[in-house]
Amino acid sequence: MSARLPAKRTQSTEISAAKNEDFVTATIADQLFGIPVLQVRDVLGPQKITRIPLAPPEVAGSLNLRGRIVTAIDVRLRLGLDKPTQASRGMSIVVDHKGELYSLMVDNVGEVLSLSADDFERHPATMDQRWREVSTGIYRLQNTLLVVLDVSRLLNFASIEAA
Amino acid sequence: MDDLLSEFLTETNENLSVLDVELVKLEQNPNDPGLLSNIFRLVHTIKGTCGFLGLPRLESVAHAAENVLGRFRDGELTVSAYAVSLILESLDTIKGILSVLEKTEAEPAGTDEDLINRLNAMAEGRELPKAGAGAAAAPAAPEPPAEPPAAANDPEQLFEPVRAVPVAVEPPRPPEVVQTREVAPITEAPPPAPVPEPQHRAEAADAGPAAAADKGGESAVAQQTIRVNVDLLENLMTMVSELVLTRNQLLQILRSQKESEFAAPLQRLNHVTSELQEGVMKTRMQPIGNAWAKLPRLVRDLAHELHKKIDLQMLGAETELDRQVLELIKDPLTHMVRNSGDHGLEGPAERVAKGKPEAGRVTLNAYHEGGHIIIEISDDGRGLNLEAIKRKALQNGMVTEAELAGMSDQQIQQFIMKPGFSTAAKVTSVSGRGVGMDVVKTNIEKIGGTIEMKSLEGRGTTFTIKIPLTLAIVSALIVECGGERFAIPQISVVELVRAADDSEHKIERINGSPVLRLRNRLLPLVSLQRLLKLGHQDEDKRENFIVVTQVGNYTFGIIVDRVFDTEEIVVKPVAPILRNIELFSGNTILGDGSVIMILDPNGIATASGTMTVQDTSIATTEVAKQTRREDDKMALLIFSAGAGSPKAVPLSLVARLEDVDLNQVELSNGEPVVQYRGKLMPLVPIDANWSIVRDKRQPVVVFADGDRSMGLVVDEIVDIVEDKLAVELGTERPGFLGSAIIAGKATDVIDAGFYLTRAFKDWFGNGRDGAFEEERQHRILLVDDSPFFRNLLTPMLSVSGYDVTAVESGDEAMALQESGEQFDVIISDIEMPGMSGLEFAEAVRASARWANVPLVALSSHATPRDLDRGRQAGFNDYVAKFDRDALLFTLQQTLAEKGAA
Repeated sequence: MSARLPAKRTQSTEISAAKNEDFVTATIADQLFGIPVLQVRDVLGPQKITRIPLAPPEVAGSLNLRGRIVTAIDVRLRLGLDKPTQASRGMSIVVDHKGELYSLMVDNVGEVLSLSADDFERHPATMDQRWREVSTGIYRLQNTLLVVLDVSRLLNFASIEAA
Repeated sequence: MDDLLSEFLTETNENLSVLDVELVKLEQNPNDPGLLSNIFRLVHTIKGTCGFLGLPRLESVAHAAENVLGRFRDGELTVSAYAVSLILESLDTIKGILSVLEKTEAEPAGTDEDLINRLNAMAEGRELPKAGAGAAAAPAAPEPPAEPPAAANDPEQLFEPVRAVPVAVEPPRPPEVVQTREVAPITEAPPPAPVPEPQHRAEAADAGPAAAADKGGESAVAQQTIRVNVDLLENLMTMVSELVLTRNQLLQILRSQKESEFAAPLQRLNHVTSELQEGVMKTRMQPIGNAWAKLPRLVRDLAHELHKKIDLQMLGAETELDRQVLELIKDPLTHMVRNSGDHGLEGPAERVAKGKPEAGRVTLNAYHEGGHIIIEISDDGRGLNLEAIKRKALQNGMVTEAELAGMSDQQIQQFIMKPGFSTAAKVTSVSGRGVGMDVVKTNIEKIGGTIEMKSLEGRGTTFTIKIPLTLAIVSALIVECGGERFAIPQISVVELVRAADDSEHKIERINGSPVLRLRNRLLPLVSLQRLLKLGHQDEDKRENFIVVTQVGNYTFGIIVDRVFDTEEIVVKPVAPILRNIELFSGNTILGDGSVIMILDPNGIATASGTMTVQDTSIATTEVAKQTRREDDKMALLIFSAGAGSPKAVPLSLVARLEDVDLNQVELSNGEPVVQYRGKLMPLVPIDANWSIVRDKRQPVVVFADGDRSMGLVVDEIVDIVEDKLAVELGTERPGFLGSAIIAGKATDVIDAGFYLTRAFKDWFGNGRDGAFEEERQHRILLVDDSPFFRNLLTPMLSVSGYDVTAVESGDEAMALQESGEQFDVIISDIEMPGMSGLEFAEAVRASARWANVPLVALSSHATPRDLDRGRQAGFNDYVAKFDRDALLFTLQQTLAEKGAA
């Protein structure tokens, strides 16, 4: 009896997950992005970041988050955008990837949106190769489009080096 | 308390608690031979140690119990509930005696005749009922725990103790209560009375407090060590690391405030944290030798299987590292040693043809360097065959011909680290199955380590594994370069030099490479700024600092802009995406909360391209020999007596140190004696002119053997030192072994035996052997799993003129064999966990170097059948474990025979 219960529960969550997924939204260069809320650990304001020499350019440095060392990734550079202007940068979303924390630097962090799977679409073939690589797809919102970022692909730097 | 005694108590108490559990298992599982032999061995050890310490009462009980167990083991008796209860009862009796021993340092008076009779009857196959009240009570009356209630599972036995034994003042211990409860419902008997009846209580009233104190059952000595879950330690370590960081932050804040009322408490917090940190660190550290323990055996088997001769050398086994890391490198290490033996070393014929010694050598070397642990695995075999690697790489399509042509030898060698690569022509059962170095490499990299390889064809291969001390707290120097701060582990920093144009040190250049003149030598310099590609080259700075760094035996200077403080830091591994940057060994959070990268001096040395392959194998061999000799230290008691230099005697021979009131010294037969523990103890002065001065106290060194003791009268106890007892100058003076340099002073080493025979003519039987007068000391290898015995026998044999090396297992002894040690005689215990004495003897006989070394078995069950078994295994002689005279005599005989042969 009791052994069967959890299985049922998982099923039901799967069903709801298929219908609605929650995303933390962020803007970079006026584009709206979404990161699955379950992967997000924290949202930070401007931080003191230590540069790491010899690191890939996308690695902005590391910072101290309550005693844990977090590697900061400049998502702008990862997406092949220009260096941000001083005014626009500042917010970060901290995500957990394989037990390590990474701080994804974005221009602004917005609200959490619960999005329906009906609005989901694979990304259009014309999208930039770099963007296609790090995202899973696109949600059609009322006024704008939201690009879903895939954290593990975003942090896979080997692909950039190869490119 | 006497060290020997307390060690004995600890060991025996541990053994007893194991026995309790094992016996219960045995009862459910009467036919398990492994269980039986383990139980037998434990009881046997207890008996043997008792015998040596001169605890006759304990020994007789243990002996009787051992007899019964021996019959079980040999299948001559079947295990019954009654028999198990009887053995458990013996254990309780032993525990009782031990608890008295712990309090008074002497065995309680009385006998355990009844119990022993029943045990002996059991051994003969009879079940003897418990003796009547009178017999048991009379001799045992004065001491409390003589007869703990026998909580037999046998219903007939169940209520015996309550009725029959008035001295059973001790309430039953928990395990027994459980047992009686199990039985009670079945027999439908009234509930067992946990305590004796009131009138008995009254009778034993005077013994009451002692019994009550006893109630805990467990010995205080046994409680000195506990087992703790590793996860708990892990957690503790993480918490302490965080505490250290917080402490650092607090101190940082304090520094910025001139006067603060927090200064004093913070200082205290600082100290406490440091000590806590140190303590917790220690709990996690284990010598790397633990991971190596299985290797000698493995290499031996390997040698047999492959018909090669392999010498395994293990250096730096005491190097400590985090136990978690230790677990993780165990398998890779085993694999690599196997590889070295199989692929690396040539067969004997091939080696001889190449002009190398027949036996190939595999060396393991571990040491700390620059905040890392370095483990080297090297062999002097054929080295990597570049052509074979090239062929294989082409064959597997890993590389094209053109690419190969452009590769350096080093790069080609790296192919062996790639998955699915094995150059072994045939797949042996040992290695060459395609799971090879790539797995090793992955495993090591998983814990943030690196593996390097240097190979010279025909000369051998060296693998260097570098493991960072993850989570370890290190002291680091904080420096600044190009506006960024970095930490350099203090351990690799030799000195700091300020270099400026106007100072005596100034950076000079040879073809652009910076160097520094330092004390008449040129120090190569590395510009951190250039190395880390930090900003523009700003070479013409007026002032620089040079951090002189040492990696191995390569010294170089790192040019930095500024030098700050040193700080205790917790090394945290860098994020996986940064792990390929070799210049950093980790990162950490400083006191001010900022993140800082930790520079890896080894990485800097490698990156600056100055590391050279050095042939250090000869040097390390020398060091190995030296360290082995230095390890043979023993504790010596230093005292003064009469005129002349201080005197010394091995501490292990000393039973106690006493301060005797000279008013109590009496004369018996013209010789001074003193009443000591209800007996007369003769006093023997070292100083012949010693006279009894009334109203004074005199220090006395007490030697004890069995129930006899002797007091050596000295003037003053000076010290106890750890030193190697190397008698330099022999002497004709009776009572002295000679002079030795101990703690930097010429010291006379006392021949304890001489004074013992002065007190009791027959102390050592007739006459001492003259082994000491011989020019060369005979080397003895002592193999015994009991630390207590090793401690006892080593000094005893050393004093008798032998050079003793003691190890705790057959495996360890075989490791010495592998490393080329030679001995004149090997003494080995029979009952040992792991490789037993008999197996060890067979291994010795089968070995290349020790096949002809006489083997003496040390055991206390010397029945003719055991003798036969021993002889078959290869032992030359048997000696009872607790008989010093026989041991010395046998050694002398064996050596004489060997000399004659």
